Amino acid sequence: MKKEMLPDARGYFGAYGGRFVPEVLMPALDELEAAFGKARSDPAFQSRFELLSRDYSGRPTPLYFAEQLTEHCGGARILLKREDLAHTGAHKINNALGQALLADRMGKKRIIAETGAGQHGVAVAAVCAMMGMNCIVYMGEEDIHRQSLNVFRMKLMGAEVSPVTVGSKTLKEAVSEAIRDWVTNVRDTYYLLGSAVGPHPYPLMVREFQSVIGREARQQVLDAYGRLPDCVVACVGGGSNAIGMFHPFTADKEVKLIGVEAAGRGLDTGKHAASLAEGRIGVLHGTKSYLLQDSAGQIRDTHSVSAGLDYPGVGPEHSHLKDSGRASYVAVTDEESLEGFDLLSRTEGIIPALESAHAIFHAAKIAKSFDRKQIIAVCLSGRGDKDIGVVAAAKGVKL
Amino acid sequence: MSRIQRAFSRPSRKALIAYVTVGYPSVEATLNVVSLLAESGCDLVELGIPFSDPLADGVTIQKASFQALQNGVTPAVCLDVARQLSKRVDTPLVFMTYYNPILKYGHETFCHDCAKAEIDGLIIPDLPPDESQELETLTQKSGLDLIYILAPTSTNKRIRLAAGRSRGFVYLASVAGVTGARDELPPGLGEFAARVRTATSLPLCVGFGISNARQAGQVAGIADGVIVGSRIVNLMGEGSTAGLQSFIKELRSAIDQ
Repeated sequence: MKKEMLPDARGYFGAYGGRFVPEVLMPALDELEAAFGKARSDPAFQSRFELLSRDYSGRPTPLYFAEQLTEHCGGARILLKREDLAHTGAHKINNALGQALLADRMGKKRIIAETGAGQHGVAVAAVCAMMGMNCIVYMGEEDIHRQSLNVFRMKLMGAEVSPVTVGSKTLKEAVSEAIRDWVTNVRDTYYLLGSAVGPHPYPLMVREFQSVIGREARQQVLDAYGRLPDCVVACVGGGSNAIGMFHPFTADKEVKLIGVEAAGRGLDTGKHAASLAEGRIGVLHGTKSYLLQDSAGQIRDTHSVSAGLDYPGVGPEHSHLKDSGRASYVAVTDEESLEGFDLLSRTEGIIPALESAHAIFHAAKIAKSFDRKQIIAVCLSGRGDKDIGVVAAAKGVKL
Repeated sequence: MSRIQRAFSRPSRKALIAYVTVGYPSVEATLNVVSLLAESGCDLVELGIPFSDPLADGVTIQKASFQALQNGVTPAVCLDVARQLSKRVDTPLVFMTYYNPILKYGHETFCHDCAKAEIDGLIIPDLPPDESQELETLTQKSGLDLIYILAPTSTNKRIRLAAGRSRGFVYLASVAGVTGARDELPPGLGEFAARVRTATSLPLCVGFGISNARQAGQVAGIADGVIVGSRIVNLMGEGSTAGLQSFIKELRSAIDQ
């Protein structure tokens, strides 16, 4: 089937993807692609990944029937894929573990990563500590302030957190700085990219290691209800949890896939991070995809209350899924995501990450348009402990 | 023969290539500096179109690009600057920029407008030959040389690919790294240049990290051209015309020795 063939040999998902990087990195990407290809079909690699996913990350994560939330919304049965219960508190551990095992196979002992909310940084720091690797995490200064808890967690696990002080001082600059490090130290360094963006083969690798989310969820829904969900919802920044959740469902045409972007202060204010809603085709950080940019092709500054969604680009496969119509994408504002945050905290006693709260809000909003026999599966990509400070500030509470 | 090739046509003279970011510290400064560079001994000038996310650049050019963008510089402004400069100097002019501004401008329109502004070539650090087929065809139709970059990490296969498709000259990045002034040349540069030599008869020009006359002299012993960027951008930032002029003359005489 055609879907299984994407990306093509050049790393394209339809019109999107590819490899737009300085020449110095091209040999490293060839090497990475070859190593990943071998690891992928090596049972020894797969079994090591599965064993550590179980014993270190705590997989499989549960699929939880959010009965009170469902009751509150008065419509479809809402199920939560509990990635917030994975080790380090988010889905990011899946990809961090997979890629670190790959780096280990390739004999690279110096690991660099970028992080926005800090969830990917924490996951990489953890895996590097466990595997005895050096870890440097690039993080925008603005994000260091709003996610100080995660900064401290990374340091506790022995990672070096390198502040990025240029531009918007958020995820976009952290990625640029990580790429500059990689360009300089490419011979002995592995760049552990955390989102479904970047040059080929990163979007493919991230999808591969994150697809465990959707595979488990699909089977769990089938086991519990004897049928597939009607709708799958996930938040989209770069889009790693969403692609991991969506991918195993793409061949199930009856399952609606909905990605939720950050509308920030509102799409009409220009202060948002909704690349698929408002972006145009462009090239940033090695990949061709929807991109928030001005009329001269300069990348626009973005805004979202959630650091993990605060990025002007999006994974190329999401761009393709949007164009092909297989998935649809909506945007949820800061204010609405805070509502989603409160709603899940109060109805279920689960404090979601602000990123995931975007997906929760949208699922709750659409639930009543479904009947009670229908099912919405939401990827609860992370837990909200890291966001307590931001939420308190938004409510005017001093901690 | 393209104007760029002509810059390399005197066998006894190695080329000196200067990079400036258009609009840093001001558009006026760019317009004035190019004649000075030409008169002081530069054979070719790279005009940098600023981009918001210059991931192959070190701190100096990042800051210059940021400032230029603050000054309102766009690809359209750069084309206008090029048009004016072409009237003032004979020196070949090459745009150096990232891919997104070109993609946004439109491949065909951009090539057409470059040719009209008498731009001679393009260097695009984040557009390897693997992704450039469409633009390459259009540059050739417009008489623009698309110049590819090679790096010390390039395999022989990639050297054949990029050197085989490059026009005008081949740009060798002296180090695996970003742009920025460095004190020493990396070891292995001679061997790297020799590997590229076997793949092409085009002139080879070395850039990234060359910031003093001693390095320039050494590079002239290995390659056909010496590219200096960050140090010139620094001097532009300081606003010292005399300092810049004497620096270029120093480079020229080191290269000629």
